[in-house]
Amino acid sequence: MENFTPISASIGGALIGLSAVMLMALNGRIAGISGVFSGSVFAERGDKFWRVLFVVGLIAAPILWTLVQGSQPKFEITDNWSLIIAGGLLVGFGTRLGSGCTSGHGVCGLARLSPRSMASVGLFMAAGMITVAVAKIVLGG
Amino acid sequence: MGRNLSALIAGLVFGLGLTFSEMVNPAKVLAFLDILGNWDPSLAFVMGAALLVTAIGYRIVWRAERPLFATQFQVPGNRSIDARLATGAILFGAGWGLVGLCPGPAISALSFGGPPIFIFMASMAAGMGLFELFNQISKERTAA
Repeated sequence: MENFTPISASIGGALIGLSAVMLMALNGRIAGISGVFSGSVFAERGDKFWRVLFVVGLIAAPILWTLVQGSQPKFEITDNWSLIIAGGLLVGFGTRLGSGCTSGHGVCGLARLSPRSMASVGLFMAAGMITVAVAKIVLGG
Repeated sequence: MGRNLSALIAGLVFGLGLTFSEMVNPAKVLAFLDILGNWDPSLAFVMGAALLVTAIGYRIVWRAERPLFATQFQVPGNRSIDARLATGAILFGAGWGLVGLCPGPAISALSFGGPPIFIFMASMAAGMGLFELFNQISKERTAA
């Protein structure tokens, strides 16, 4: 557990919560990223622009961070292209089919005590952990 | 105007949270999912803190009659756990475990993640497009 960072994790998490509360208080919306992002393309006309701006904010944040901090956030990802493509397809299709992801179900839904979100979080966490365990065996990581 | 500006700021705050907590780093997320290996519980603290703030904040916010820049609070009313929800969550979890990216961090990493993030985002958008197609077809089937 030498990489465990509980303090920055808690502060970052609190910021995510603050964002979710802001979006509810100001716009009456759930801060579910998969839904917000997908809707920036597929939502009805008058319901698109705020979504685009939320996404712009998400992209701008680490740029701002880099300007202040002087260094880019750490980023380590697999170099296996098939994994990246398969992962992207599964995340895109799965989050839409299951009506949400880590933010919409994991934060906003659990905060509302939604039974659907509790089931979703249990299942995607389990699926993620099993996938990592299996991938390690198959790919020999 | 207010609605758009607040969405931009909320997105910015969300992205700063993801960056500060290092959730934009796929290796950090995979280290949380790797419970049998060198486990890093940080992600649980991110979710826990976010959940705590949101649970308390929502309850304060909902005392108001309506949001500041909209006519009503839009909260999902569906409470039934069905096959779609379960299948979607499992597929998403599998994809999450393969790479260590979920939609928020993937979007936030666009400016510094390089080619892998472009490929991931293109695949994710394609997956979402496939869902729209699938949804359209299954709607037409039930209507017919």
